[in-house]
Amino acid sequence: MMEHIRLPKVERVQLADRSSSRRAQVGTLYLTAFHTIFVDNEVHNELWVLHSLVCNVEKLSITSCGYPLLIRCKNFQVIQLLIPKENDCNDVFVSLLRLSRTERYEELYCFSFMPNVDKAARGQAWDFLNLKAEYNRMGVSNKLWHTTSVNREYRVCDTYPADLYVPKSASLPVIVGSSRFRSKGRFPTLSYYYRETQAVICRSSQPLSGFSARCLEDEQMLEAIMKSNPGSRFMYVVDTRPKLNAMANRATGKGYENEDNYTNIKFQFIGIENIHVMRNSQQKLIEVSDLPSPSMGEFLLGLETSDWLKHIKSILAAGTFIAKAVAEEGVSVLVHCSDGWDRTTQVCSLASVLLDPFYRTLKGLMVLIEKDWVSFGHKFSHRYGHVVEEPKEASPVIDQFLECVWQLMEQFPCAFEYNERFLISIYNHVHSCHYGNFICNSEKERKDLGIREKTHSLWPHLWKNKVDFVNPLFRADHSQTKGVLQPLTTPYCFKFWRGLYNHFDRGLHPRQSVLDSLMAIKEETQQLEEVLTIYQQKLAGVGREQANDLFVKKHGMKNSQGLWAEPTHIRLANSPQDYNGGNLVSGPKDLLPQQRKTNLDLSLFGDTSESSDPDNSDQESEGADFSCHSCSGGASPPSEDSVKDPDSDDPAFNNA
Amino acid sequence: MTMEFSEHIKTANVDDVVLKLPLRPALKGTLCVTAHHLVFSERKEEGSYQLLLLLRSVDAIEKRMTGLSGSSGTIVIKCKDLRILQFDIPGMEECLNVASSIEALSSLESVTELYPFFHRPRELSLSEPWGLSSPQQQYAQTERLWDRWRLSKVNRNFSVCMSYPRTVIVPCAIDDITLAKAASFRQGGRFPVLCYYHRSNGMVIMRSSQPMTGANRKRCREDELLLQAAIDESEMGYIIDTRSAQQAQQARMAGGGFESKAFYHHWRRLHRHLERGKVLQESLIKLVEACGDPSQNMDRWLSKLENSKWLSHVHSALSTAGLVAECVERDGHSVLVHGFEGTDTTLLVTSLAQLILDPASRTFRGFLQLLEREWVQAGHPFRQRCAHSAHSHARLRQECPAFLLLLDATWQLGRQFPLALEFSEVLLLRLAQDAYASDYGTFLCSSEQERCALQVKENTHCLFQFLLRREEREKYVNPLYEATDLAIWPSVHPQSLQLWTGLFLRWTEYAQTMDEAREEIWTIVKERKETDRPKGCAHTTLSRHDSFTNVENLMDELTVL
Repeated sequence: MMEHIRLPKVERVQLADRSSSRRAQVGTLYLTAFHTIFVDNEVHNELWVLHSLVCNVEKLSITSCGYPLLIRCKNFQVIQLLIPKENDCNDVFVSLLRLSRTERYEELYCFSFMPNVDKAARGQAWDFLNLKAEYNRMGVSNKLWHTTSVNREYRVCDTYPADLYVPKSASLPVIVGSSRFRSKGRFPTLSYYYRETQAVICRSSQPLSGFSARCLEDEQMLEAIMKSNPGSRFMYVVDTRPKLNAMANRATGKGYENEDNYTNIKFQFIGIENIHVMRNSQQKLIEVSDLPSPSMGEFLLGLETSDWLKHIKSILAAGTFIAKAVAEEGVSVLVHCSDGWDRTTQVCSLASVLLDPFYRTLKGLMVLIEKDWVSFGHKFSHRYGHVVEEPKEASPVIDQFLECVWQLMEQFPCAFEYNERFLISIYNHVHSCHYGNFICNSEKERKDLGIREKTHSLWPHLWKNKVDFVNPLFRADHSQTKGVLQPLTTPYCFKFWRGLYNHFDRGLHPRQSVLDSLMAIKEETQQLEEVLTIYQQKLAGVGREQANDLFVKKHGMKNSQGLWAEPTHIRLANSPQDYNGGNLVSGPKDLLPQQRKTNLDLSLFGDTSESSDPDNSDQESEGADFSCHSCSGGASPPSEDSVKDPDSDDPAFNNA
Repeated sequence: MTMEFSEHIKTANVDDVVLKLPLRPALKGTLCVTAHHLVFSERKEEGSYQLLLLLRSVDAIEKRMTGLSGSSGTIVIKCKDLRILQFDIPGMEECLNVASSIEALSSLESVTELYPFFHRPRELSLSEPWGLSSPQQQYAQTERLWDRWRLSKVNRNFSVCMSYPRTVIVPCAIDDITLAKAASFRQGGRFPVLCYYHRSNGMVIMRSSQPMTGANRKRCREDELLLQAAIDESEMGYIIDTRSAQQAQQARMAGGGFESKAFYHHWRRLHRHLERGKVLQESLIKLVEACGDPSQNMDRWLSKLENSKWLSHVHSALSTAGLVAECVERDGHSVLVHGFEGTDTTLLVTSLAQLILDPASRTFRGFLQLLEREWVQAGHPFRQRCAHSAHSHARLRQECPAFLLLLDATWQLGRQFPLALEFSEVLLLRLAQDAYASDYGTFLCSSEQERCALQVKENTHCLFQFLLRREEREKYVNPLYEATDLAIWPSVHPQSLQLWTGLFLRWTEYAQTMDEAREEIWTIVKERKETDRPKGCAHTTLSRHDSFTNVENLMDELTVL
């Protein structure tokens, strides 16, 4: 990648703070093979941005201070740089454009990311999650369901995993026959087994039914699934597409099941829109979240016009329908859409989250994503544009799943072991190509590419940092935690996910965090308890006063500061907003210089703790020369003393 | 029961009434109408449910005949706290009688007939002090005021300003005669008075009503002197007018107006349009209607939410208050706030600015004192503004949810600074409820004068005093509170402002899981406290914990009382 770097270093670059009128930081910009790094001159804070997270780079029109460059990232970070010279700006632009457009998998960061772990440890890390154990936990194999070897070497379906679970009663010819009658060979197979009712969620792609085609084996396959649930005499077939789309597919020889041809199925359309609609919807949502200073009306109207929450609601409603069928009615469900790797994946995994408290734990969500998304061939590399591909393949499919989980967390604050940060971390890593887990589009592709041997696994890394991802309100024995979640799907339950879409706009978030505060309290309690136990043992019989002394000392103990730990101190990002609506009274001109400095320092600290790559301790070594920082300091802060005189009576009227 | 009340009660008791409450299975029991309450008791051997509903809290009532040939009836009661309940009453006559009793008794005109004049709980005595503090006390406690500000009793008979308290704080340099003249130049006599002194730089926030300049640009020398005396000669001050410039201009045609720069040299005027009165009331009605819409349609919800404009009003309130606070703290200038009458949006802005600036007003007691000072004593016309809430079909007169908007904006502050307020959302909900219907006299009248004339302080109990009693206070404190001396600058981006689900969705399932989360936070905080305490003391915390959970369980019933 090095050959694409036209210019490894630019000095006297300004990094603008878009969310406030605060002064821009001046520093040095470095381009490395995988990162863009900005180092502030004054405090040497660093901002690291992975090239793989950059979604576009834009040159803006020239200003008096230089040439602005706007970098938009897939994690919704927007970075605005001001480069003094036109040539430099152009070089950075061209380099970034190329560096952020990976052409071959082998160029991705995960293949160069070399943390200090030996081969054995790497292999172990890949075995951190075990899907076979997960199916066992669910309760399969059992006397009705078993694992089949039909897809070993991916002969029947190259986008499915090698190990699949099917009804024992489905014979090999039935499976193979059914797979021939399904798009991309994705025949009905087990996604989740609900022990309590023995009902299951199965998944597949659409049948190649066209207007009248039938397939005996496919019909037998569905019957086998239905009969493998002794508690019910019928099963649901849920087509997650809008009816119109499904009907249109019939013209191309695909389509949906004809109820008359299958024994005892109840067919149901659910109406989740396709990836193109979702892509456009999210684009509109991002535009809304990115409006410079919208009025409340503009924001809400924009939110409405984007249709985003409507789509989120439809996905959650689908998940809820399936969870109800399985848990309350005890009826098995076969879910499909067109290919069965986007909407089907969303809906199956969401239903599982509702059904099974395990998936509401840290480990559980990892397993669920590994099973329903990674192993079942969700096309990560296509959907999230890991390598340069047809842009029409991109779509926010897992974004929507994670958001549905977030919406559920908002509705059931005590039911999830993980917190919002965990979801956002997963989101980031889906796009970052830092670890190998989400590279490629199927298990087969990953095997062919040697992902296991050449890259590292994300999950143990997240697990190691789990202290940052825990929801302090979670209690395994809480009534919200146990059993099946029954979410409300009333429109008012759905909110704009500020934590994701405006993650980097610090000014928009609460200035103090309940989460951090509770974590600190819990940790303190735990430490005190430990001390208490130790001292009860040690000082049995000795006066209590001494123990009390110790409590006082221990009280101020430091809390662990993980990569997410943001200081809860309200000074951070706590400055007056634009309450003036542009009609400036005066800027913070009366601010003492030290105060101004403090604000700046703190904000920088915030930036590094949030936006830099969490794993930059293991950076690749071909770094730029950090030792020679320019000591220019020549950039003058933009004047903030522009005091308009809003007073005089007449102009004031014009304002209205 | 006095004659007047019994006249309204034709049927006092009905058996076999079915009560349907949100999120509860239907209950069967006896309904009883008393002078001030509806009492429903479930027919059950043990653990029977009792509902005690203050009739004053009924906002609207709908009745319809059901059953065979209208043999029974259904009454739907929509409460001012947004709860909706339904009684199925056997017997058409009984149903009609009960309904007409509720209609009459929920809208008694005379203040002294209202329940606070009859509420006599055993644990409270009428001889206890009413109210938390007075302008005298406020003045006495702020030594740094003494140099340049004095206490004036010019309004001791309420003759200068009907809606002001007897004593107010004004610049030393201005004598009472000048004050009286300035008052005659301000609508309703509400001349500029001090409401907040910023300790760190000595700047102040004052409030008033609009000056009565009228169409021919009248001026008042005394008013100009008063404002001049509030700031040093060299300084300047800001006037934040809560009307648009156009509205202020138009007000002149009706005799009102604004401070023209020609006569108030050292004052700069800024206009920030805040809606008030009918517009605000209709906004509340639309929002509540949107929240109650059973439709599953997302577009419809979002457009109704937008269309209600409620969040826009929250936005304007917070950003105007932010502007005032910025003038004081960042710019180092004093501010005068007014709109038209100076009894609604003015108070909204001055009290929010104080919450932003003043750590003392963010404590439990301090917040109640703030409300007492800036709303109760300052003459917010609670009686008219809170006569009805969002359900009433009655023709709107002077209803306006300005106080509710303050509570909402305070809630937003609490969301953004979850450790900065000593009180929790539960207190805000309690205040929202009591402002509209209460056992206590605090929110009864529209001014101190009215309170004196009706002897409210002698004959009712004070809500604020009651809430500060130890066992009450515990229900309303924020377990995460950590005092901070800094200003809390709210974000006013639309992404940062949220629908106050605790209030507007209070009676839905949605609010239930939120309550559970709140309980969980308490548990975590208490666990620490218990570990933190040497063994010997542990049991006291534990019993307090128990009593707390009991209280929480009783909340449902309590909130009705």
